[in-house]
Parts: sequence; structure tokens; C-alpha cells
Amino acid sequence: MNINVETRDSATIIQPQGDVDLASSPVFRARLQEAQEQAQARLVIDLSSVQYMDSSGVATLVECLQRSRTDGTPLVLCQLHERVLSVFQIARLDGVFDIVATVDDALTA
Amino acid sequence: MVHAGGAEVYHDPMSSSQQAGVIPPAGNSEQQARDLHVEFFSRPGYLAIIRQMVDAFSGRLGFAPAEASRICLAVDEALCNVIRHGYDSSPDGRIWLTINEPTDDHCIEFIIEDRAQQVDLDTIRSRNLEDIRPGGLGVHLIGEIMDSVNYEHRDGGGMRLTMRKRIPGEETN
Repeated sequence: MNINVETRDSATIIQPQGDVDLASSPVFRARLQEAQEQAQARLVIDLSSVQYMDSSGVATLVECLQRSRTDGTPLVLCQLHERVLSVFQIARLDGVFDIVATVDDALTA
Repeated sequence: MVHAGGAEVYHDPMSSSQQAGVIPPAGNSEQQARDLHVEFFSRPGYLAIIRQMVDAFSGRLGFAPAEASRICLAVDEALCNVIRHGYDSSPDGRIWLTINEPTDDHCIEFIIEDRAQQVDLDTIRSRNLEDIRPGGLGVHLIGEIMDSVNYEHRDGGGMRLTMRKRIPGEETN
């Protein structure tokens, strides 16, 4: 899985590409942790290029959320496809994460 | 039969497994005809292939794309549990997925069987979702998406999970 990381407006934007499932989540988890350790004042995860996510991907993001709360670095998810958002809704995590529509929204949320 | 790496897909499951010297799944004794049967190794790389198949099968039966996607998620989560917990992430375990088209009850049926370690059926349950922590969501997702879910021990070892989902717009007898 490819994961792009860029810095914009004092925020670290992470953009994974491809399905996040049991096969790819170990890479996603390692790369996300690495990026989070070097993150700027805000961490934005742009999921526009993720068409599918299973519970292993959600678990990775919950870990990331827990670290962000410990570090005091806000974590925002954006550009979720409907089927990915649906996983958060069924798991009742859509109200736990800060989820917004666009990257610009995430930078100002 | 179509071979794809360690996976094989066929419509007459009573032939190839036995020819290959592999003990076939017991299946449901009441279900004489299995509509689609896939046998594959417990490797995460095959999950995307299975999702595509389940998505196509569900869509053909009339499920809207969003609902077909959720069905894919439920099947995927069940297979993940077999791979991670049943076979302890070993890549050489056998998994059998059977999909049966609706009969009188208008439900599509998914049966997942393995020869992995058997688990105490009482321990298979959703966790408290108020406890925000990684992991343990798979059973909850499966239960929320499917209309009925049944775990059981297979005779001779392994587990069998039967999941059923009602076809939209169909009346139940």
C-alpha cells in the first residue's frame, strides 16, 4: 500500500491509497505510527483514496486517536467514501472521531 | 474449476477436494446443493478476491451497492477471524466458503468452514462498544450486518459459521 505524507499549514496530512484490510493494515499501522511521531501541530488523514476498510484498519485509527489524545495533537479524518464511513457508523465510532468532508475543512476544524 | 494461486472455485464441490486429497468441509447436511463453493488458504492476500466475488454475487441478487458492500464487510470480518484467531495467522490453513442462493426463506446464506482450533462458543460475542479501544469489532460488525449468525463446532474439528441475509423486497414465508 502506498501512503503519501505531506506537510501543509502546520499540519501533517497522511493519504493512504488502496484497500485497508488484513493484508495491508500492518503497513498502514507502521507508516501511520511513524508519521505520527513526526507530526506537526495537527494530524489529518485523507481517506479519499481508500475504497474499503475493515476492522483492522479501524483499530489502527483508534490506536492513532489514542496516541493523539496522549500527545495533545488533534486528529481529523476527511474525505471518507460512503462505504468506509459506514464501517465507523456500524462500529459507533463516527461520533468518536473528528470526521469532516474535505482536507481544507480538516485544516481548520 | 478455476485455480488462482492457492484458491480454487468450482460449482461441484464434491469432486476436486477429494481428488486433491484434501478432506472436504462437512457442509450442512440439509443443504444437498451448494451454489458456489470456494476453497482457499488462510492468506490475507486472498481476501480482496473473495470480497469481489461476494460483492458481485450480492449485487446479482438485488442488494443495493451499499448493502452489498456491508455484506462483503461481514464475510471479510469472519474470514479475518478465521485467519487471525483460528489459524493464528498461519498461511497454510484451509478455509471453505459456500454461498447458497435464496430458497423459500429468501435469504442468501454464507457458510465459512475451517479446520482451525475450536473455540468455546460462549466466548464469541461482541464487546462493549463504549470501551473505545482497538480490536474486537469483527463479531459486532457481523452481527449488525447479517440477519442471523450461527457459530458451531464441525464434526472432526474446526468451526462452521453460517450467516444469512434477507434479500431486499422479498417476503418471508
